[in-house]
Amino acid sequence: MVDKKRKHPKEIIKAEANSLNFFYADGTQALKKISLPVYENKITALIGPSGCGKSTFLRCFNRMHDLYPGNKYDGEIILHPDNTNILDKRVDPIEVRMRISMVFQKPNPFPKSIYENVAYGLRVRGERNKRVLDDKVEEALKGASLWDEVKKRLHDLAFNLSGGQQQRLCIARALATDPEIMLFDEPTSALDPIATMNIEELMAGLKEKLSILIVTHNMQQAARISDYTAYMYLGELVEHDETDKVFTNPSKKETEDYITGKFG
Amino acid sequence: MAKLENTEVSPRLAKNLRRNVLERCIEFGLLCSGMFAIFITLAIIYILVSEAIPFFQHVSLYDFLTDTVWTPNYSIKHYGIMALVSGTLTTTFIALLVAVPLGTITAIYLSEFATHKVRETIKPVLELLVGVPTVVFGYFALMLVTPLLQKIYPDLTTFNMLGPGIVMGIMIVPYIASVAEDAMRAVPMAMREGSYAMGATRFQTAVKVITPAAISGIIAAYILAISRAVGETMIVAIAAGQQPNFTFNPVESAATITSYIVSVALGDLEHDGIGFQSIFAAGLTLLIMTLMFNIIGHAVRKKYAERY
Repeated sequence: MVDKKRKHPKEIIKAEANSLNFFYADGTQALKKISLPVYENKITALIGPSGCGKSTFLRCFNRMHDLYPGNKYDGEIILHPDNTNILDKRVDPIEVRMRISMVFQKPNPFPKSIYENVAYGLRVRGERNKRVLDDKVEEALKGASLWDEVKKRLHDLAFNLSGGQQQRLCIARALATDPEIMLFDEPTSALDPIATMNIEELMAGLKEKLSILIVTHNMQQAARISDYTAYMYLGELVEHDETDKVFTNPSKKETEDYITGKFG
Repeated sequence: MAKLENTEVSPRLAKNLRRNVLERCIEFGLLCSGMFAIFITLAIIYILVSEAIPFFQHVSLYDFLTDTVWTPNYSIKHYGIMALVSGTLTTTFIALLVAVPLGTITAIYLSEFATHKVRETIKPVLELLVGVPTVVFGYFALMLVTPLLQKIYPDLTTFNMLGPGIVMGIMIVPYIASVAEDAMRAVPMAMREGSYAMGATRFQTAVKVITPAAISGIIAAYILAISRAVGETMIVAIAAGQQPNFTFNPVESAATITSYIVSVALGDLEHDGIGFQSIFAAGLTLLIMTLMFNIIGHAVRKKYAERY
């Protein structure tokens, strides 16, 4: 893609991928020369058919691929304002994950109480002060619109919550450490329509504070919530533009075919 | 719906006799093999109880449980099972002191830290340890571990509970490591990724997320280890001295319930005397102890399974 800074000059770039290639341990190339900006206080949606590499791309932003031996990144993801390539070997993935948090496809609360789930990120950062923890947990649960439902049973096991509540708990957990970017990997695909609506409303509010990158299978969802949309196909970025433009007047034929349902 | 006038069932839908008989036969065969294990267990309990009854006609249950001297083969006979229970509990406790931390740490390492290659090398070697005959472990305790301990602690007698207890612990490590590792590896990857995504280190993930998630399996491993230690015979028979001795001091020699049973069963005692019957009373005690540990373990497991 050509220079994104000129394409959307009014936006501030929070992070940007520059000719990012990614190879799995078995040698398959899952991402091919992807260049994509993530704008500050905006929601960027990644759409595309299964296997197009959108989740793989998302998981590069918090170095999740480091967990499995043999995976290889090539290219860069620059995080601002540090102006540092977070894929650099000298960068500590733990430091990256402290600032770029993630919400997964299936709610994955820890086998702990609601309170301890939200406090987890702070605890691993060494926070012991109960007052600080209490405040942060409350703030994060409010941020995830879960506080009113759980404030009387903070010490109940998180597994007792419903699926939608568990996912909001995971959002609260990710929020508690004040991340700069939040990654969402199909966060509503395991949820019913009402829980989905709650999460979408939540994300619309969250972008006031941080930048969001979301992978979704649901094109209506991308159209509803995102400011920018990127369409990926077979590991390549086909088109990236303002969501309105991508959905009403895509510049590429492939994008149009996918969005109109002729393909996919 | 109107009822069918015709009560005949179409042959294409009629019950298939051959298949039904075969299915019944298979079901019966499966039931039999299941019942076999239960039958053996009941037979063991029957033998133990029926042989222990004449014993308890001679010795009151009160004396059996409160006397602290066990001398069935002496002229002045005492039947205080506590002298044997103390040996069993002390050696088991020492074994667990060794095996629980070592086994748990090994499980954490294998499940959360080791690369695939390392794990596939270490696990078979560990499981090899299970195959070592316990009589070998017994001599290992007597000839190597106790002399080594005597270098640190010169007053230690040749026969003591510390050496065999430690060796028993080493023997149990693979049991704990293997069962606990299976439980930890069964924790879904999503849980691990969730923790790493929060910026947790491997160690934090292992201790704060994986261990609580796998706790019921880990406790199952500990229960297995306790049962194994309580029932272990050869190591203590060889290296602990076979001296019924009411003591919880690990540097003293002692007999455990199992080592008493084996020494009497192999000795030339009259098979209808009270001395011989005493081994059934001891065996019954052992069975009840193991049962108690299992019940406690189950309760603990259930409690944690609910909380975590």
